[in-house]
Amino acid sequence: MRAFSPNARLVIAAAIVLLVVACYLVLFLRGSLAFAVPRRLTTLGAMVVAAFAQGIGTVLFHTVTGNRILTPSIVGFDSLYVLMQTLMVFVFGGSVIAATEGIPKLLTQTALMVGFAVLLYRWLFSGRFGSLMLLLLMGVVLGLAFDSLSTFLQRLLSPTEYDLLSTRLFGRIGDVEPSYLPIAFAVCVLVGVVVWRRRHVLDVLLLGRDHATSLGIDHRRELTLALVLIAVLVAFSTALVGPLTFFGFVVATLAYQLAGDWRHRVVLPMAFLLGLGTLAGGQFVLQHLLAARGMLTVIIEFVGGIAFLLLLLRRKGAL
Amino acid sequence: MIEFHDLTKDYLDARVLGPVSGSIEPGGITALIGPNGAGKSTLLTIIGRLLEPSGGSVTIDGTEVRSVRSRDLARRLAILRQENHLTARLTVEDLVGLGRFPHSLGRLTASDREQVESAISFLDLGDLRHRFLDQLSGGQRQRAFVAMVLAQDTDVVLLDEPLASLDLKHAVHMMRRLREAASALGKTIVIVIHDINMAAGYADRIVALRDGVVHSSGTVAEIMTETVLSAVYDTVIRVHDLDGVPTAVVAH
Repeated sequence: MRAFSPNARLVIAAAIVLLVVACYLVLFLRGSLAFAVPRRLTTLGAMVVAAFAQGIGTVLFHTVTGNRILTPSIVGFDSLYVLMQTLMVFVFGGSVIAATEGIPKLLTQTALMVGFAVLLYRWLFSGRFGSLMLLLLMGVVLGLAFDSLSTFLQRLLSPTEYDLLSTRLFGRIGDVEPSYLPIAFAVCVLVGVVVWRRRHVLDVLLLGRDHATSLGIDHRRELTLALVLIAVLVAFSTALVGPLTFFGFVVATLAYQLAGDWRHRVVLPMAFLLGLGTLAGGQFVLQHLLAARGMLTVIIEFVGGIAFLLLLLRRKGAL
Repeated sequence: MIEFHDLTKDYLDARVLGPVSGSIEPGGITALIGPNGAGKSTLLTIIGRLLEPSGGSVTIDGTEVRSVRSRDLARRLAILRQENHLTARLTVEDLVGLGRFPHSLGRLTASDREQVESAISFLDLGDLRHRFLDQLSGGQRQRAFVAMVLAQDTDVVLLDEPLASLDLKHAVHMMRRLREAASALGKTIVIVIHDINMAAGYADRIVALRDGVVHSSGTVAEIMTETVLSAVYDTVIRVHDLDGVPTAVVAH
């Protein structure tokens, strides 16, 4: 691996991902092409969005927090999403899930999650207690509070309603509404352009607040901007395909290992490619070789959680 | 010329610095000395805009430091703190290259590379340039960070204990290099330093702090006296002349 330059590694990764994606799209087709390919393209679109949002969002989060163990969901996105779904079913009944599907709901959920994150950030960074560690702690505590509230409400639901709800509480890559995708792509492209233009600034942010300030970076401004971008990415991805807690973590950790360079110019595209490759490859294997369609996100979270624990144990004390 | 007026820093009710006023002459090395908790690092990091003062102001050549755009200030003033922990795996060369950021904004030009090269050779890092920072000893890493700060090529360089974790040989080497940067390149260097004899040997001026205020400041000859040092450190200190350099020794 050491022999390949960072650019060569990107090209190799892109080639492998293209191959995997092609396999996923055209192999094991039964019935008419006109029926199957658009369906698979929709799923692929959702994978692109999830890989982009989680991969880029997590790398950004690692860079601005100076910590590679955390994931953006630590500020409570997933918990808020679960709480919103649970509250809706609790208040309006199980049929509301099917009745309210649509772009307005997607946008409302995203706006709520971004609003929550921005409020939290602004509140914590405006006062004299402004600190990232406090922000993370607040996120964890609020996340726990949301979780407890959700669990409580879920106990009060009837089994049928709970069943309907639970389909919304796991990632659902294979079941995304096609009409959402154009908006999702637009958001990704927009955020992608902003992030790409700041890639050199992000490289400097890796040095930490003091060095970055000495090198002329308005640290607070960059931090706030990055946190808002992360909120948009993760909130959108969560609203679109459901919570994916460890996926971004796995992808980012692999990207650091495989990119062969620390610069965001290489790490960011690598994280996206690895994310897409994992999702498309995983879905392909599960759907066609193991006939276990729909389990992908559960398995990714399972494997990701184990990888997270292993890394945590291996680096004990090095947080 | 760096000037500071009525600087204070409070943590809740405890005052750790000030009020201090004073100035740092352009050119040459100014050493900040004093016992632990005297406010040396606090003063340095406030001047270097890494820490917000509770009151007072800092100006460079007459302009208020906190009113200048961070990016413009970074071409005039660089600061290095003591603890330098990184999450990413950078090589020495990458790190020094990042020092050019205020000028290059990420794209190193030929002249940027020249500056990086000269900073690397200035601190004898040629052999280590492709090593990762986590493969270096504490002293080597310290030199790499100083090289980054010098590559930034600012008129004012603030260093918080640049000799920490350096052995005697490398400490002397570092001080000679700083001396050279100050004399040959005309830089204004301010260092926080614990070894007062190093300060006496290489600095031009000394500012002695005690209990958060400037106790006394002046040339090396003015500060390196038994009366001043004994009062600053609250310890009986004798000063001997060794080859023309006043040298402080603790009286037992």
